[in-house]
Amino acid sequence: MSDNVIEARGLLKLYGATRAVDAIDLDICRGEIFGLLGPNGAGKTTTILMILGLTEISGGAVNVLGFNPVRQPLEVKRRVGYLPDSVGFYDHLTARQNLRYTARLLAIPRKDAEKRIADALESVQLADVGDHRVATFSRGMRQRLGIAEIVMKKAEVAILDEPTSGLDPHATHELLEMIRGLKKVGVAVLLSSHLLDRVQSVCDRVALFNNGKIALMGTVVELANKVLGAGHPILVEAQGSDIAGTLRGIEGVQQVVDAGEGAWRVIADRDVRAAVALRVVSSGGSLTRLADLQPSLEEVYTRYFQEARHAA
Amino acid sequence: MPRNSGQREGSPFTGLAPVFMKEFSDHLSSARMMVLMLFVIVFGAFPVASSLQELRNITEADAYLFLRIFTSAPESLPISFVFALNFIIPIMAIGLGFDSVNSEFNHRTLSRVLSQPIYRDALLLGKFLGALATLAVALTALWLIVFGAGLLLLGIPPRGVEVARAASFLLVTIAYGGVWLAVAMLFSVIFRSTATSALCALGLWLFFFFLWPMIASAITTGFAPSQFRTADEVLAVEQVGSVLARLSPGTLFGEAVIGLLNPETKAFGYFANMLLSQSRGLIPGAPLPFDQSLLLIWPQITGLIAGMIVVFAAAYIVFQREEVRA
Ligand SMILES: Nc1ncnc2c1ncn2[C@@H]1O[C@H](COP(=O)(O)OP(=O)(O)OP(=O)(O)O)[C@@H](O)[C@H]1O
Ligand SMILES: [Mg+2]
Repeated sequence: MSDNVIEARGLLKLYGATRAVDAIDLDICRGEIFGLLGPNGAGKTTTILMILGLTEISGGAVNVLGFNPVRQPLEVKRRVGYLPDSVGFYDHLTARQNLRYTARLLAIPRKDAEKRIADALESVQLADVGDHRVATFSRGMRQRLGIAEIVMKKAEVAILDEPTSGLDPHATHELLEMIRGLKKVGVAVLLSSHLLDRVQSVCDRVALFNNGKIALMGTVVELANKVLGAGHPILVEAQGSDIAGTLRGIEGVQQVVDAGEGAWRVIADRDVRAAVALRVVSSGGSLTRLADLQPSLEEVYTRYFQEARHAA
Repeated sequence: MPRNSGQREGSPFTGLAPVFMKEFSDHLSSARMMVLMLFVIVFGAFPVASSLQELRNITEADAYLFLRIFTSAPESLPISFVFALNFIIPIMAIGLGFDSVNSEFNHRTLSRVLSQPIYRDALLLGKFLGALATLAVALTALWLIVFGAGLLLLGIPPRGVEVARAASFLLVTIAYGGVWLAVAMLFSVIFRSTATSALCALGLWLFFFFLWPMIASAITTGFAPSQFRTADEVLAVEQVGSVLARLSPGTLFGEAVIGLLNPETKAFGYFANMLLSQSRGLIPGAPLPFDQSLLLIWPQITGLIAGMIVVFAAAYIVFQREEVRA
């Protein structure tokens, strides 16, 4: 067996005539964090449900940890943790009782379960409210309880559907830390999200979904190169005469775009920051800012879907 | 899943026990259960209390005096305990089952639970058995109370055969509850809104309880010739009426219970009883032995159980095809 925990080939889902998921190929490696991105209705949730065997597959094949989710759903579900979007718990039970029920469904021996539940609650900082009823929990706490369930399960793969939606920045940050924590203990994570800059910070690779197809797949840098073009983007803020002309004269600069208010975006085939500083200053200008622009997923996303819309 | 269910691996009952235990303990500790018990006690206690009052004053010898507690309708309140049960059990069962699946869906716990190693089969069956066990506990408690009250107030212990008949009666009530529980669960699978599913289940119950007897007799009257020539004709028309009426679980329950608790019952329907007594030369008032009574009501019992299974199977099929997501 290869080192892929999830392998999908030609995975297809039809709802009547609509192709919700249109023959996608997907490989998730052991121990990586993989992001599924795409606009609403792109087919992310449907893909996840098919991987878990929770919805019928119309065509193609999936393999999860060597098991077929259609024929061996129990084996798959025993090893894969799932956090549905807007996860729910039994409100009248406490956090601990909720996890206890899951532990029984997983047939974890009782003695073992108590320890695992305590550890899991500890790891998501819910230990002190473990005996409170879930009805009193905030959205962020429920989400964390969902992560605790995956930790308790000792899942080899964690599938998180929009784990950060509806969370405040601080809660989002905490949750992403927990997701990194999962990766640290060797869990492969598949997550879908709309919060692109956040996703960018945790994901090793991402796939861009559009209309049920995977439009782009790879690391954030690879996608940026594909969509935004290769090159080093930098941001220059300077005062002086004909800064743009000066910038264009620098060797290696391919493109200078006026970003307004005395700022320019420069795209070059190499890191030209030293040369820019030298030339701007020696031409009598004053340099106020010189920044290396990381390719941002947001930009890739926006640009890609703009182009896709234009093409359509 | 349904398409491939033939080749899937692993027992469909994996996880059945935890689901059952959770449902059972949830029901027993719920406020809803308290309300239902209160309901049962109020509706059950009055007929029993007043019939006990009357039975204490009866002086003539009655071999089955104890069973009369269940069946006699006191003058002050023309409802027997059995009739009250016929009325309350569906409400209890609907109260326990109307939101069993759709509430999981609405609280978004369904997809999380189904992502654990468990088939939908086990979830549905566990919920059904959990609610049925709750119902059984409530009915048994009620039965014991009535039995105990009878012991205290009548002052004579029931004979073995009376205990056996009363115990079979308890089993029949549980089976009757099972039918309505399956109906309630079917609606809870079909409708996402708990209010809609409760309304539909109650509507069906109202239909069977109030409307169906009228419809059945109207149809029967339509079948009847203007003048009866032979006794067979009378009997035939009465049979049509019974068959129609037996489409209602309440009728099956009623007949089964009468057969058990009124040992004199030899057939259902007035003419059928009369003809049977005449043709076999039986004395109308003489009781049947217990095994003969059981044989008599066997079709009713199998009808109830078959109905329960059919409705549950329908719920199962609908549930298998349901999408788990919102
Ligand atoms: N039960 C259903 N019947 C018909 N069409 C459906 C059904 N469920 C989903 N779809 C369609 O499938 C497509 C993919 O939906 P899906 O939920 O997978 O998208 P998504 O990428 O998860 O979107 P979001 O970001 O909004 O969660 C959508 O066009 C949706 O309309
Ligand atoms: Mg989704």
